[in-house]
Amino acid sequence: MADGGASSGGAGVSTFDFSTTLGNAFFNTPIFTASGCASSGKELAQFFPLKDIGAVVTKSVMNKPRYGRPTPRMAETPSGMLNSIGLQGPGIDAFLANDVPWLIEQKSRVIVSIAGETVEEYATLARKVRSIAGISALEVNISCPNVENRGLVFACDPDVSRRVIDGVRRTMGGEIPIIAKLSPDVTNLPEIAKGVVDAGADALALINTVLGMVINLDSMRPHLGGKTGGLSGPAIRPVAVRAIYQVHAALPNTPILGMGGVASGRDALELILAGASGVSVGTASFGNPSAVIQIQHELHELLVAKGFPSLKSAIGYAHRAEEK
Amino acid sequence: MVEEIVSTINRAAIQFNATVLANKRVGQYHQIVFGIGDLVKSCRPGNFVAIKVGGDSSRMILRRAFAISRVSESVSFGGTMELIVAPHGAGSKWLCSQAEGSEVDIVAPLGTAFGIPTQPVKTLLVGGGYGSAPLFGLAEVLKARGCKVDMLLGASVGGKIYAPMEGKRSVNSLKIYTEDGSMGETGRVTDPIRKLIEEKQVDVIYSCGPMTMLRAISELTAGTDVVHQCAVEEAMACGIGICMTCVLPVMDESGKVAMLRSCIDGPVMDGSQVQWQMVGQVPEALA
Repeated sequence: MADGGASSGGAGVSTFDFSTTLGNAFFNTPIFTASGCASSGKELAQFFPLKDIGAVVTKSVMNKPRYGRPTPRMAETPSGMLNSIGLQGPGIDAFLANDVPWLIEQKSRVIVSIAGETVEEYATLARKVRSIAGISALEVNISCPNVENRGLVFACDPDVSRRVIDGVRRTMGGEIPIIAKLSPDVTNLPEIAKGVVDAGADALALINTVLGMVINLDSMRPHLGGKTGGLSGPAIRPVAVRAIYQVHAALPNTPILGMGGVASGRDALELILAGASGVSVGTASFGNPSAVIQIQHELHELLVAKGFPSLKSAIGYAHRAEEK
Repeated sequence: MVEEIVSTINRAAIQFNATVLANKRVGQYHQIVFGIGDLVKSCRPGNFVAIKVGGDSSRMILRRAFAISRVSESVSFGGTMELIVAPHGAGSKWLCSQAEGSEVDIVAPLGTAFGIPTQPVKTLLVGGGYGSAPLFGLAEVLKARGCKVDMLLGASVGGKIYAPMEGKRSVNSLKIYTEDGSMGETGRVTDPIRKLIEEKQVDVIYSCGPMTMLRAISELTAGTDVVHQCAVEEAMACGIGICMTCVLPVMDESGKVAMLRSCIDGPVMDGSQVQWQMVGQVPEALA
């Protein structure tokens, strides 16, 4: 079915190229953890060797230590869940001193995710990340409230999204790629994507969670301490596929790290066919601690079975005109 | 005197399919026994398990957490693990409906364990509702160490008391309290604790049950020499420390409050360090 024509027999398996790239960063496999769904890796290391997956994307970290939001922070929903964690974390200094060296010791590829409350905080974070060797890429999570603009989420404002990435770009020297993580809660996602790529993003991460709410029928009030929460899990997968498809159509040369409800190899392949160069597994790890490695094996088998000679030959395949 | 609460941080945990060996109704609960083989050797009283529910096409994507009631080894079944499950929500109802011979996807053992005294001290085990389940396995371990083991169980109504006949053998005394007086004495399980502490009848309290009960016990032990180890209960999405949903405000030795995960820094915590008045809130910004 696919072009190229590597056979799906034994020889095809051994020559299959599973590697991918995001900007100038190379990864042996295209399956990563998703930020906020693997903490800093230690907790999952019991279930599979972290070096066997494409990369660990660490939980978005801010400049200062942070308590996060009050509990309840979680509500299960049909084929999904809402979370309202509020970026609890140790702060960038403790994170870079303790968590990153441990991951590098495990021979894991590391993508550090940062989150800020101001344009300036993102630049500060980027400067600190730049000073540490061994990090493969920087994810800039801009789905956070901008305290300088009435808490409006950065990623929902094309102009301020650009300014955040511009500030990070000026700080980074181009040694590692900048991945801008965007929110699907916008009217025109390709426009925001173009803005951050113009400002210097090397790649895009699509999608962050979808804003939602659950009302508790006992209290008859919003269930989550933070009232609203981010919806994740298989329920949002079609939103992710659509977002990746639209952005890949608009920016075919910009690599996309896809995520959103991936729970199996076939789900990961769907995102790759839509245009993702790599796929992050998030909420699936909550229900199945081995999800990341299992999905990676399943994707490998599926790509080979479909006759693709490499992961790269499948990226964006859904955009090709149908063969008569 | 009492060993530190033991944190395993998933180090003993594995994910595997376990066979349901027995599943029977006990009052309002189900007593479910799983074959887990050699894993019994790494299960400690206080540890919990996370179980996938609903089958492969389920819309329930998160595991359900259950305290291990107890583990044992026998010639006929090998290593077995018992859970006491209340069929409240869709997930626990699914688990209670699993027939003997069914295979269930389990991650175990998880979380911290109760610290066991190195000396034969006087212990008091306090359980609320089916929170009593892990206390019987704990009682056996304490008894083997030569400890005096007194147990108090409480619930709103008698039907919610879990107290198996065989469990009673491992305690020196067992008293039951119900709020409606339908079983045992009328009142709350915490009522007799103050007197027991004053009369120096207890060195260590182990508790498991609703957070209001755990908080009440912590208030009774505050300012005394009595150690209070409690197994907390918070809504968890993952059970393995990656989702950050099950956090509680806990103070460390230096007086700093941190939001700790009840799955890997708990479920067994030092009751005197949990900041009960702050549960459901966020401490002011870190100084």
